[in-house]
Amino acid sequence: MLKEVSTPERTGALRTDAKLAEEGFLTDDFVRQLISVGEIDILVGLPTHNNAKTISSVVAAIQSGILQSFSRDRAAIIDADAGSRDGTPDLVVSASIDDVRRRDSNRFALRTLHSISMQYGSSPARGIAFRTILSAAELLRPRASAVFSPDSTSIQPDWLRSLLKPVSTEGFDLVLPTYTRHKFDGLLVTNLLYPVTRALYGLRIREPYASEFAFSSRLGSQFLSENSWNDETAREGCEVRFTVAAIAGGFRIGQVYLGAKDPLDRSAADLVPALRQTIGVLFGSMESNLSVWTSKTGSQPITTIGADQQFALEPRRINRKRLLDMFRAGVAELDSVFQSILAPSTLAELRGIARLEEEDFRYSGELWVKTVYEFAVAHHKAVINRDHIIQALAPLFRGRALTFLLENRTASAAAVEEHIENLCLEFERLKPYLLELWKDRE
Amino acid sequence: MREMIVSELTRAMQELVKDFARFLPRLIVFVIIAFAGWVIAYLLKLIARSILRLIKFDKLSENAGASQLLAKAALPPSSELLSRLVFWVAWLGFILLGINALGIFGLQEHISRFFLFLPRLFAALFIMFVGLLAASFFSRATLLAAVNGNLPSPRLLSISVRAVIVVFVISMFFEELGIADQTVLVAFGIVFGAVMLGLAIAFGAGGKELAQRFLEHKLVHANEDDKNEDELSPL
Repeated sequence: MLKEVSTPERTGALRTDAKLAEEGFLTDDFVRQLISVGEIDILVGLPTHNNAKTISSVVAAIQSGILQSFSRDRAAIIDADAGSRDGTPDLVVSASIDDVRRRDSNRFALRTLHSISMQYGSSPARGIAFRTILSAAELLRPRASAVFSPDSTSIQPDWLRSLLKPVSTEGFDLVLPTYTRHKFDGLLVTNLLYPVTRALYGLRIREPYASEFAFSSRLGSQFLSENSWNDETAREGCEVRFTVAAIAGGFRIGQVYLGAKDPLDRSAADLVPALRQTIGVLFGSMESNLSVWTSKTGSQPITTIGADQQFALEPRRINRKRLLDMFRAGVAELDSVFQSILAPSTLAELRGIARLEEEDFRYSGELWVKTVYEFAVAHHKAVINRDHIIQALAPLFRGRALTFLLENRTASAAAVEEHIENLCLEFERLKPYLLELWKDRE
Repeated sequence: MREMIVSELTRAMQELVKDFARFLPRLIVFVIIAFAGWVIAYLLKLIARSILRLIKFDKLSENAGASQLLAKAALPPSSELLSRLVFWVAWLGFILLGINALGIFGLQEHISRFFLFLPRLFAALFIMFVGLLAASFFSRATLLAAVNGNLPSPRLLSISVRAVIVVFVISMFFEELGIADQTVLVAFGIVFGAVMLGLAIAFGAGGKELAQRFLEHKLVHANEDDKNEDELSPL
């Protein structure tokens, strides 16, 4: 295997080995294992932490995907682990592709599948895990790399081909997923992250914060070298940062339909961390990419392979009263905070709708867009602590989520899509308001 | 006899004139020092004001909650107040230097004490400012966490956090100034202990039912809700 590394490209890679070793980021043992692997064609990264319950099925799906679509390619699974205590790394490393072959197909892998695990710390930090995967990709020089969520319960073997093929054969630099999701799943994405990303950067990327995605070495290398990894804030929400870096760098981006995705086991209490990792990062990106987003108007579709976003419609019982109560409590209790962030007219409207009963409640698209843009400018200006600004958005988001639930209670998939599209257009229409506020605050 | 009186008066007058003649240059020096001090203090005030405006000190002060306190007390904005403080401290320092030049017995010791006190005064003011900033930050963090955690009485929690930090900062402020530090320490202990005891009694007795409802809601009804309702997945 070591004979494979004696190419000019490999010499370059070895220079990178020395650089990484100097930085002390990758352990010597990990670098040694990577060197022994040599060059590969595809790399699959798994950022794990105590995922013993699901990791075996995820690895089996990946191995099956390799057998089905990449049996002639050199492949490696890189597990960036945050100090699991349930034996997750062992499950990754010891999973044999032969078991998958015997169970699922008669195909043979013509190359050795390498599985390497590195513990990067004792607590989960997705940014560091992603950096580990990118560093491994930098050394192994694959044609395409992918990252999969280790707690996915809906992963299918063909996801591997769907994500990696556009990168390895069609020249895409970043391939993001679209799924079939319940119409009330991922409300933060449909009501905030997707519309804001689209309005700011002019591309209709449905999942800017993806737990499964594929990327080219070109994009990986650039992000690895340009991202400020020492900055604590830069380590959070690296998925959004990666997407924005691809847009700002003019890389070729596509999205591919993967199928049904089960919602991860995240309760509503996780809203604040989710806001930090998504919209907090997106707001932060506006300063460093000022010339990119201020020059965009409208939006363009990106290449979508397969179907577009789909919605499941089965009825769900959701506690709307709790959403309304938390919205009302937020507006009442955080009034002094909102006075620092919002325009007086916006705050007055919010106070008005907080008095409405559930049947009359409506947080309109226009008011929501103004709220978000005023939050973005307040974040830029740091009128108060930036993390507090993001936290203050949570109760207002609950109000917007309630409106979305009420509007789409009996809506068809087409109607849900139309409502999301209308909200996106509202974000695009009011972008001059954001630019005006931004200029005023400057 | 008469000649003697005249002679004594003349001598006394001459000595008075001599003393005045000896004192006059010192007085002139005092006036010069005071005037030069006023000019320098005024310049320092302008410089301090410019620097404070440059670093947006008023905004910091607003975040710390100090601006609101000043406005309630009909005082100017904090950058103006601090630059005025710089002016008066500097000018007072020059006036004391001038008084020192007058050579008045007994005053020199007090003057040197004043100059030794200045660093402590600035340290105390710094502690107060940072303390108010910390109080504002942590009370807002508590408020946000309580609202997002759907806890009862978020504002009361936030005010409690602010009050505890402010009381602590005030005690540190007086301790740094050396003003009745023992009294302040004891007073702080009494106030802090009383607040904690009061909260314990209030929660245990007055808030018994509230606590019961809260715990029931969290541990019993919440679980029932969870069984019957789907959670929203934000991502």
